[in-house]
This record gives sequence, structure tokens and C-alpha cells, in this order.
Amino acid sequence: MGRKLLLEKAHVEGIRYYDVYRREGGYRSVEKALKSMTPDEVTEEVKKSGLRGRGGAGFPTGMKWSFLAKPEGVPRYLVVNADESEPGTFKDRYLMEFIPHILIEGIITSSYALGANSAYIYIRGEYAWIPDILEQAIAEAKNNGWLGKNILGTGYNLEVYVQRGGGAYICGEETALIESLEGKRGNPRIKPPFPAVKGLWDCPTVVNNVETIAAVVPIINNGGDDYAKIGVGRSTGTKLMSACGNINKPGVYEIDMNISVEEFIFSDEYCGGIANGKRLKACIPGGSSVPILPANLLLKTAKGEQRMMHYEGLSDGGFATGSMMGSGGFIVLDEDQCIVKHTYTLARFYRHESCGQCSPCREGTGWMEKILWRLENGQGKLSDIDLLVDIQSKIEGNTICPLGDAAAWPVAAAIRHFRDEFEWHVNNPKECLQRNYGLAHYADPIHVPTPA
Amino acid sequence: MVQFSQENLAKVQEIIARYPEGRQKSALMPLLHLAQEQWGWLSAETMDYVAGLLKLEPIEVYEVATFYTMYNLKPVGKHVFEVCHTGPCMLRGSDDILAYIKEKLGIGVGETTVDGLFTLKTAECLGACGYAPMMQMGKYYKEHLTKEKIDRIIEECRTQAAANN
Repeated sequence: MGRKLLLEKAHVEGIRYYDVYRREGGYRSVEKALKSMTPDEVTEEVKKSGLRGRGGAGFPTGMKWSFLAKPEGVPRYLVVNADESEPGTFKDRYLMEFIPHILIEGIITSSYALGANSAYIYIRGEYAWIPDILEQAIAEAKNNGWLGKNILGTGYNLEVYVQRGGGAYICGEETALIESLEGKRGNPRIKPPFPAVKGLWDCPTVVNNVETIAAVVPIINNGGDDYAKIGVGRSTGTKLMSACGNINKPGVYEIDMNISVEEFIFSDEYCGGIANGKRLKACIPGGSSVPILPANLLLKTAKGEQRMMHYEGLSDGGFATGSMMGSGGFIVLDEDQCIVKHTYTLARFYRHESCGQCSPCREGTGWMEKILWRLENGQGKLSDIDLLVDIQSKIEGNTICPLGDAAAWPVAAAIRHFRDEFEWHVNNPKECLQRNYGLAHYADPIHVPTPA
Repeated sequence: MVQFSQENLAKVQEIIARYPEGRQKSALMPLLHLAQEQWGWLSAETMDYVAGLLKLEPIEVYEVATFYTMYNLKPVGKHVFEVCHTGPCMLRGSDDILAYIKEKLGIGVGETTVDGLFTLKTAECLGACGYAPMMQMGKYYKEHLTKEKIDRIIEECRTQAAANN
């Protein structure tokens, strides 16, 4: 059983409400930070913890905080990115819905470190019932003196507001989120300037994911060094994984980043194995934009070692034979699933969500969707497969924001590892409408070259 | 002439107060959500009214309302079924759920039943992948959908409508 830092109290009856949360030790990090630490000391603990952004990019949080510009007389803002929209990802929703106070507590401690007096939680619009939960938590925190003016008599002031989005994946990109929060279309901005210098209303702004901000609570409570002891190497602390697809126990799990992928999928503590007694075919381990891996490369690296559930483990082998931790959205496909169809739904998703600002993404995502539809429906040509590879390579790296890459990578990886399944669709246009390609050789042991 | 209810007008003031002076444009999306709650959809007249409240040009409202998929620019049925069909839901049978709703309501995606009670839409990932297949219905999610569950939901909507008539 791994250590739980965020979900430790998730099953305590009534933890959603202030009294229970406080009784269980809530808001200690605020007391500790505001009464006994300077803002810089708080940032220093976060740096020591090695915490990396939990939204997907994995950028060190303490470093991001230290980039924040602090010009005299200009307000600074903390914006919490709760626009969770990456297919396969539903961990932030779990935190906000069931333990909202851990987010509010993290916001107060983090805002104090950043010198922000206003913080905004930007939540995806479809999570329409969650703002009520968050606003109730904010009101409870305020009534108990944790928010508002002169918090704990320290002279520090903070207000927290909730803002709902309108159904746009792109607003999970931090500059698009800021545009949206300013009441505009969610078109990402060109960086630099980075939000740390010129963010919300042109003021210095830090945008952090919900889970990242929640992780600040145990980091301040127990110290950055303690947090850094969990996990391996540069993957410190615990990570929330949202597991879905063809597994026995879909849900949100908090893992120590030192377990194997195999344990995560097959142990009863986590996913509980593949549903309906089927065999594992493939998995996207970190949200839909990261590379899909066939079963064999998912469980073992190209070197034949156990693949581990941490940033370095999941990306072992680079894009050739590895994937990424991403947002922790763990999508499992069983032997009956069709890779072409699954890739098509993701391509459709990215076409739908492209903001349209950059031509490679706007045109490329729609083009890829159409080609994948043809392949899936037995109307494709062999040359379509290479055309897809060509299109995705011209989107990747050629757009203002990472949505272009996010749309390109799933297509590239699907063809890289499952090209014969795509070819089978072309060569068997009638049969592919009746049945799927199946497991084929995707779980066979991989050949590990031995040094001569 | 469109006008927010008294209760909503008070909310408008509360929302504008969340932002610094002169930054009331940030209230645009919350106000459009509020308008949609009151009228069910956003007509040009509604959008012009919101523009007036926030001292914006109407185009600033239109460009936002057309960008975000949650804003209805046409009237919709009393109950809107938005069935997620992105990868993770597809793996758990969202195609069958969608087909069943179409058959049951006799409408296609993007259509509304003649009685004005149901509109069917598809949605891209709603962040409920672990509880798939699922759909959004108004403010809430309906998860772990089965045909029986769909039957029950439709029945409840019809019973409710009959009681209100």
C-alpha cells in the first residue's frame, strides 16, 4: 500500500465540509505558512519537494513560481487550471467534488507564497455542479477566517473566485485560459511574454493545475524533503491517476511513483485487471495526446526491463518505444478494440477542439479526421497511412500552442506501433466492417537485442 | 424586451464585483451562462442585452458565444442529452447508447423531438471517462449508462412534463 497524501482522507464521512476537513487536520499548512514562514520560504519548500506540474507538462512548480515577476504596485494572480479536458483525465474533478477544501487550502498557501491577493479557479463549464461545491467551501473557509481580510491576523488578504468555462479543451492551455478568463475566445497567446511576466490583465500570473496546488498542502505540512523522499529520481511525491477503458476498476488512484505499470493494471489495489477476462492490447498512459503503446512495450521497456509508473519510466525509450506521464489519464484497450477507430475518435476530438488560429492545426486536424474515417470504414488506400504520417509531422512543432502536437502524436504513435492494423483495414475493406483486427502480435514478448 | 430577472440582476452585480475595476469583460462568460439558464438559449437580442450590461460591443459577445460549444445559439428541447463519444467512452459502448437513444426518441444527432421535450447531441470528452458510457443532461452527468437507465431517464422526463401540463 503506497502512501496517500491527497486522497488519504477521501473516504472520511463528510470530508467535503469544513468542520470535518478541519477536524481531520485541514488548514494546518495555512497556519504554518502564514504564521511561521516568509513567502519565499514557502516557495523554497515547493522547490525542494521536486513537485512537477500535474496538468501534463510536468514543469517544476517551484521554478515556475520563482519566475513570477514582482514589480512594485502591480497585482499578481494565482489562476487554478481546473479545465480538465484531456480525454482519459478526471482526477481533478474527483478532488474538487469530494475534497474541495484541500484545493482551497492549497490556494491560500500558494497565493501567500506568490503574493497574490486574488485567485481564480477556472473550471471547465461542463462540470456545472462543481462550482456550487467550491463556492460553498470558499464561503465556509471565509466564515472561519481563512479567507478575506487580515487572515489569521497576519495582515494578508485573499479572495478566491470560481469562473466557469464554456466547453473548450483549448482553455486548458494556460494562455488560452487567461484569454477566456478575460472574457474572450480561447485563442492561445504567443509566448514570450510568459504569464509569469504578463498574464491575467497583463499582470504577473501563475497558472497551476488543481492537483499541483493541492499537493502544496502536504509539502508545507511535512516539508519539501519529506515529499521528495516518495517516488524515484525526478518523479517525486504521489500522482493521481485516472484509469479508464476496459479495466475492472476504473477510477482515480493515488500512486507512489515507484510501482510498475503491470502492478497498476493488474493488482486489485488499482485497476484490477482487464475487464471480462480479456487480454490487454494497448494503453495510452497519460491522457489522449501521449503516445499509445502496444501491450508488450507498455509492460516492458525496449531494454526488456519492467516499465515503471513515473515520468522517466513512462517516457523510457522516447517516442520510438515509450510514452509519457502526461496528465495521468490512463486509457486501457482490450483485445477486442480497434486501434483505427479509437484513433479516429481522438482525431475527431482534436479537430473539434482546435481553436482555428494556426493553419497547420486547423486544417490538419480536419484532414486527419477525414482520412481516419475512411480507413475505419473500409474506404482507405495504403497511401493514406503515409499521408497521415506526413500531415501529423507538419502540424507538430508548427503551432502557437501544444494542441497541434497533442493532435499529431496520437496519430503518429498509432501508426508507428499498429501499422499492420491500419494496412489490414485497407486490404480487407469489407471484413474490417464486420470484425476487428484483434490482439494480433501486440502482446508478444519483444526481442531484446543482446550485446555481441 | 429581454431583461434578467431581479434575482439574476443581483447576481450580475455580484459577478462583476469579482474582477478589478474596468475588467468587467471577464463577466461575459458567466453572464452568458446565466442568460442561458434563464432563457434556455442565446438569441441575438439576448447577446445585445448582455453587451449593453457590460458596456461591450455586440461583436465581442457574438465572437465569444460562437466559440464555446456550451452556448446554444438556437432553441433546444427542454432536456438536452449530450452523449460523450470520445475514445474512452467509445471503448465502453457509447456507440450503442447513442444508437439506442436515437431509436427510442426517433431523432438524429442535432435534432429535437416534435414535442420539444428532447434534443440529442454528441459531445467530446466530458471528463467522466471512468464512469463511461455517460452523457450530460443539463447541469448534471448521467453516468454508467445502460439501455434500462436510458429508459428510466426518458420516462422520468415525460412524467415530469405531463405533471407540469
